[in-house]
Amino acid sequence: MSDLETFREETRSWLEANCPAEMREPVRDEEDIYWGGRRATFKSDAQKAWFEACVAKGYTVPAWPKEYGGAGLSPAEAKVLRQEMTRIKARIPLSSFGIWMLGPALLHFGTEEQKKHFLSQIARGEIRWCQGYSEPGSGSDLVSLQTFGEDKGDHWVVNGQKVWTSYADQADWIFCLVRTDKENKYKGITFMLFDTASEGCSTKPIKLISGSSPFCETFMEDVKVPKSYGEGIPAYVGEINRGWDVAKYLLGHEREMISGADGGNTGTVGSAMSRHASKAGDELDPVLRAELAMFDVDALAYGAMGEKFLDEIKVGKAHPAQPNMMKYAGTELNKRRHELMMTAGGSRSLEWDSEETSGGKPSRGWLRTKANSIEGGTSEVMLNVISKRILDLPGS
Amino acid sequence: MPLYHDEDQAMLADTATSFMADQGNIKDQLRHWRDRDCPDGFGHGLWKQMAEMGFTGMLVGEDDGGLGMGHVEAGIVLEEIGRNLTPSPFLTSSVLAATALKHGSNDLKGRYLPGLIEGDSVFAVAIDETPKHRPSRITTKAEKSGNGFKLSGSKSFVIQGASADMLVVAARTSGSDEDEDGITLFAVPKDAANMSHDSVRLVDSSVATHTKFDGVELDGDAVIGEVDGGREVLNAMLTAGRIGAAAEGVGVASGAMDITVDYLKQRKQFGKLIGEFQALQHRASHLYSEVEIARAAVIKAQQLLDGGSEKAELMSSVAKAKVAKTAGLAVKEGVQMHGGVGMTDEYDIGLYMKRDRALQEFLGDAYFHANRVAEMSGY
Repeated sequence: MSDLETFREETRSWLEANCPAEMREPVRDEEDIYWGGRRATFKSDAQKAWFEACVAKGYTVPAWPKEYGGAGLSPAEAKVLRQEMTRIKARIPLSSFGIWMLGPALLHFGTEEQKKHFLSQIARGEIRWCQGYSEPGSGSDLVSLQTFGEDKGDHWVVNGQKVWTSYADQADWIFCLVRTDKENKYKGITFMLFDTASEGCSTKPIKLISGSSPFCETFMEDVKVPKSYGEGIPAYVGEINRGWDVAKYLLGHEREMISGADGGNTGTVGSAMSRHASKAGDELDPVLRAELAMFDVDALAYGAMGEKFLDEIKVGKAHPAQPNMMKYAGTELNKRRHELMMTAGGSRSLEWDSEETSGGKPSRGWLRTKANSIEGGTSEVMLNVISKRILDLPGS
Repeated sequence: MPLYHDEDQAMLADTATSFMADQGNIKDQLRHWRDRDCPDGFGHGLWKQMAEMGFTGMLVGEDDGGLGMGHVEAGIVLEEIGRNLTPSPFLTSSVLAATALKHGSNDLKGRYLPGLIEGDSVFAVAIDETPKHRPSRITTKAEKSGNGFKLSGSKSFVIQGASADMLVVAARTSGSDEDEDGITLFAVPKDAANMSHDSVRLVDSSVATHTKFDGVELDGDAVIGEVDGGREVLNAMLTAGRIGAAAEGVGVASGAMDITVDYLKQRKQFGKLIGEFQALQHRASHLYSEVEIARAAVIKAQQLLDGGSEKAELMSSVAKAKVAKTAGLAVKEGVQMHGGVGMTDEYDIGLYMKRDRALQEFLGDAYFHANRVAEMSGY
């Protein structure tokens, strides 16, 4: 038996022993997702047990090195773990912008002490992070951001406003792009890390068309950010004034995440919608069935693309701008999926808060997907990046 | 297995890319034979060269004198055939017929495989009976006659039928037209009496035949696989052929895209390179994204087939449908972005459009395969 097959066997029995049955059921609502952080509570004993087992094994961040709280898995082993978790429909033990976004930036740009300090906290789910990128006047043109940190020697005084800060009202710390040099557009931004409980920092949720408020506005009024949190632990990632490099690197990860390359956007809809229809004593219109079939072709093909992309990225074979393509294709696909689900669901899917729809899950979910092709870089920006960096088209 | 070429496959890809660009390019093959009104529609010289490269028998098992490679490898050659629009019997002979012959007797293998491996023989497949691909319905009949069979009926869209040394023919030996069972595959030699070909040139300059079987006498040893058990062989052949056609289609799509993107970087209007216009940039980038996804679907299907997975059939239809839509988009956008010159015979983009049209139809179009995906998914 190869090492990988042995690992698969071990993983199977570990999952069997440690992943409670309840944690293999589909996520029904926000409370089923565990985000960690200072204010976190567990919804159930099973959620707690699963989370703690994963922390102990390093499986909240399986591919991170052991010294930072990970399991040090190789890319091939991480893929096996993912496959085995998908097979038993295990929930993600810890959802976290720290894992998905700040972590990769720190792994790439952080000092050794920074990694030990922040990555371990993230792996153990102790601190919940949010991202401070966009501003009211800086959306697609992010680099025009105005939030300013005035240099006061051993600290900055930060003033400005961020918008679309995901779950900032529930987060403990923020990784935030702050202008530290007004003369230099690209080389005048610092990637700062600070506590959202700092004096002068406040958040206000934004109500979306879906009725929920996953995003906030975050205001900073004379927020004092120290330049260091201890020996070898600067309060910024990378270098001062070079935060744009970190931001660009991170946007790649964000786009990869939103793209659903890891399986989020590969689901087909035809058979489920057909079952729904027959349960309701109806059947699919032939033309709708045809559209569902064409969609399923695209979804299954995109599933293969996601697998190929992740395989290639691990060995450095993917084009560095490929996450933009994945983000574009994955989000457009997901919007189409929800349009079809709404259509196939008929008037039932219009219900906004009925019990039968678990509180308007179809309609709210459908509306939520409209943000997919806006957040983390719009589809149009993705196409610009592909034009410039992959197709090398002139003047773009 | 990771979804990219391993080292050996990457080497093969390098070899195939330069070989097909040097020897199989549009000027020296497609245009050359087309402009001479070649009745075969392809060059035997190149076929022989492909044999010397080891391509023609790459799917044939090592015990039978081939290279024993898989569909990932065959797909590598096919993608380059697609990119260069190379007229060649590779897909029908080296993929479809070779897959059928894997199920054949040693006698049949001995009779036909050496010629394929040497590049001396060309094979065709006769499946379709109506203008649309409907392999579930086979009406061509093979009735018992002495020790053998008597074949009657007609087939169409038999690519290179009149040039072929042997035709793989799907015929009914029992049951009614729509039955799953009762199909038998035959290896019909070119000189069989009472077989006649009506050759027609197709839009892409390839040559196909409407082939009539008017009581063709066949020996019992012309049967490939089991009598009445041909559906399994036919399905294996179709799955391999569809995945192969999809690989060729990815080549067509990416060839069309590449020359179009190049054109956007050369053509000036309004004092600018037209590639500077965002209206075109976004369409080109969307196309790039679709081509990448189509290529991923194809390599996934190839790996599943090589690994003997039961999911290969579903993925073969996903790949064929996705590629048909994608290559269709590539050639349509290609002609439009070329503008007026895209309509001229001088520019190659129109040749891509014509090839794509024929390839979409071969072994089932996007609608046929999307319908199969729905059926296999239970709706």
